[in-house]
Amino acid sequence: MSTPLLEAKDLFCERDERVLFEGLSFAIAPGEIVQVEGPNGSGKTTLLRLLSGLSCAWEGDLFWRGEPIASVRDDFFNSLLYFGHQAGIKAVLTPEENLRWYSALHPLTDPDGISDALYEVGLYGYEDVPCHSLSAGQNRRVSLARLYLSQAPLWILDEPFTAIDKRGVAKQEALIASHAERGGTVILTTHHELGIDERVRKITLGALAEEAASD
Amino acid sequence: MAKKWKMPKWFYQLGSPRWFYDISDRLLPWFAIPAVLLLVIGAVWGLAFAPADYQQGNSFRIIYVHVPSAVLAQSAYMLMAVAGAINLIWKMKVADMVAKSCAPIGATLAVLALATGAIWGKPTWGAWWVWDARLTSMLILLFLYIGVYVLYSAIENEVKAGQAGAVLALVGLVNIPIIKYSVEWWNTLHQPSTFKVTEKPAMPPEMYLPLILMVLGFYCFFAVALMLRTRAEVLRRERRSGWVQQLVEAS
Amino acid sequence: MTKTEPQMSLSRVFWYTLRRDILLAYRRRNDLVSPLAFFVMVASLFPLGVSPDPAFLSEVAAGVVWVAALLSTLLSMDSLFRSDFDDGSLEQMLLTPQPLALLVVAKVLAHWLVSGFPLIVLAPLLGVMLFLPDAGFGPLVLTLLLGTPTLSLIGAIGAALTVGLRKGGVLITLLVLPLYIPVLIFGTGAVMAAANGLAIGGYLAILGAILALGLVLAPLAIAAALRISVSN
Repeated sequence: MSTPLLEAKDLFCERDERVLFEGLSFAIAPGEIVQVEGPNGSGKTTLLRLLSGLSCAWEGDLFWRGEPIASVRDDFFNSLLYFGHQAGIKAVLTPEENLRWYSALHPLTDPDGISDALYEVGLYGYEDVPCHSLSAGQNRRVSLARLYLSQAPLWILDEPFTAIDKRGVAKQEALIASHAERGGTVILTTHHELGIDERVRKITLGALAEEAASD
Repeated sequence: MAKKWKMPKWFYQLGSPRWFYDISDRLLPWFAIPAVLLLVIGAVWGLAFAPADYQQGNSFRIIYVHVPSAVLAQSAYMLMAVAGAINLIWKMKVADMVAKSCAPIGATLAVLALATGAIWGKPTWGAWWVWDARLTSMLILLFLYIGVYVLYSAIENEVKAGQAGAVLALVGLVNIPIIKYSVEWWNTLHQPSTFKVTEKPAMPPEMYLPLILMVLGFYCFFAVALMLRTRAEVLRRERRSGWVQQLVEAS
Repeated sequence: MTKTEPQMSLSRVFWYTLRRDILLAYRRRNDLVSPLAFFVMVASLFPLGVSPDPAFLSEVAAGVVWVAALLSTLLSMDSLFRSDFDDGSLEQMLLTPQPLALLVVAKVLAHWLVSGFPLIVLAPLLGVMLFLPDAGFGPLVLTLLLGTPTLSLIGAIGAALTVGLRKGGVLITLLVLPLYIPVLIFGTGAVMAAANGLAIGGYLAILGAILALGLVLAPLAIAAALRISVSN
């Protein structure tokens, strides 16, 4: 078997004296779509933040393309697109200014594609409107436009469909599927029923989930 | 923090709270008994038998508390920063607990040094407080301790609190020489340093020997206080683990 | 990929971040007024609280302006990372292959340009109000030019450590004020020396040395502190 893209061995994490997960191991290959699921408070966001390198408080080992992640951090960050709870959008900047700064931070992002990306997420004509005049859903869309801009192979998406309407969700799902077809990898959490369910591998978190199942 | 240097296995065992709890249990008497002996002998010798200073009379005898607490307050800060650095680099839990325990002890020692300095100042300079270089440095050291202590208690997540406190302690450590130099330069009213390890002391032996005993005694006492606090912290943080619960049942 | 690309993108990301932060400050320019107003108000408290006597004021003028500048810098520091933390941009900054310390320097520089530099422009005005001796004006501006960037760098460490905390504003003062003391001492020392007709080259050299040290070490501490604050 070839080396997995991202491999986790024996992850342990606790929050406020509650063990969220322990002995959690998995390997994710290129082209996979992985959905992390579990009830509220089971540590989905914590796991995604841990995988993306935002968290310092955990134990275990993470490997990126077979190397310990700490030793290939730049390569990992270069290959990563992270979409968190907060959209990372500055309210007083326009969508275009926001995306331009993002593309300066991430070498694999093409700044020339910004207006096309905004068109794709349905924000054509809003390029020069400050983000505070946009709706919550439109702000999320500005951030989602990064999915069209970025060449990063690994997407980590935490609740990407929050505040997005039905048509938008269908479009994002198709985008995620085509990203996987091109050999990209997606790790996501969502409360939506995914329309592309058959392709998705699931990682279930939480002792709570087991209890709920046995009830 | 992203980097982790590989160290031999025994080094990581040092970081096990349980190992620390066991070893400190055995070490405690080896520090507690010398602490009591040194402090008693040093205090009686210094306060009762050492000759009075020809200028300051008996009031100089507060030196036997002032100097050791001032020395210890600085050493404790250094230990806190080093333990913090170990925690940052190797994520060693015990180092974090040691650093956290250092802050209140060090702050108390700094307060003690300031209070004895003030009491000493009244007969010597005729005022409770003078802005002399070394008292001012000690006051700033106390401020640094307060900062670290407040930061520790403001962050609820213990791991985060430990790392943040460690960063601040290290920043403070880099600053201490600059602060000391600037304050000394700012005001050099004080008499020159009382005794230095490398130089022959200006005091006669019957005056400085008890002082050395007191300094050593303070070091032992500090070690005891630090171990006790750290042990309490170990028990508090590990209270849900098997070995602590066994310990509780056994007692 | 060509070999020069990483370096090009380094300077590109530096300028973009600098420009972005200045643009942000410009769009919210009303926020910039309060530290400046604070600066003037604190300085005017001294004549009111102690004495309006010109002889007394001219003696303390340098110290008052410096203390006011220091407190005003501290006041504005809290906002340095807070909005980035609240809207998630800070997470994106931590997840780039770009060195975080470089981004941090860009942010601190932008912050100093919009909130530290105006203080220096206003300082001579306060000097006039406080009867600063004529020989002190040049040194006051020079020492502030060398000293306030250090204050911003050190303050940013405090801001990074407290960015996730609710009562960060008070806390940052406790963490940072003791570290400001050397800069304060040499800054006021230089102005007083100049007012007494002494040379100030040595003071400026020391302030410059502290700034150089801060420029090298502070970004590392700020970056480490940000990673800790964002982690949860």
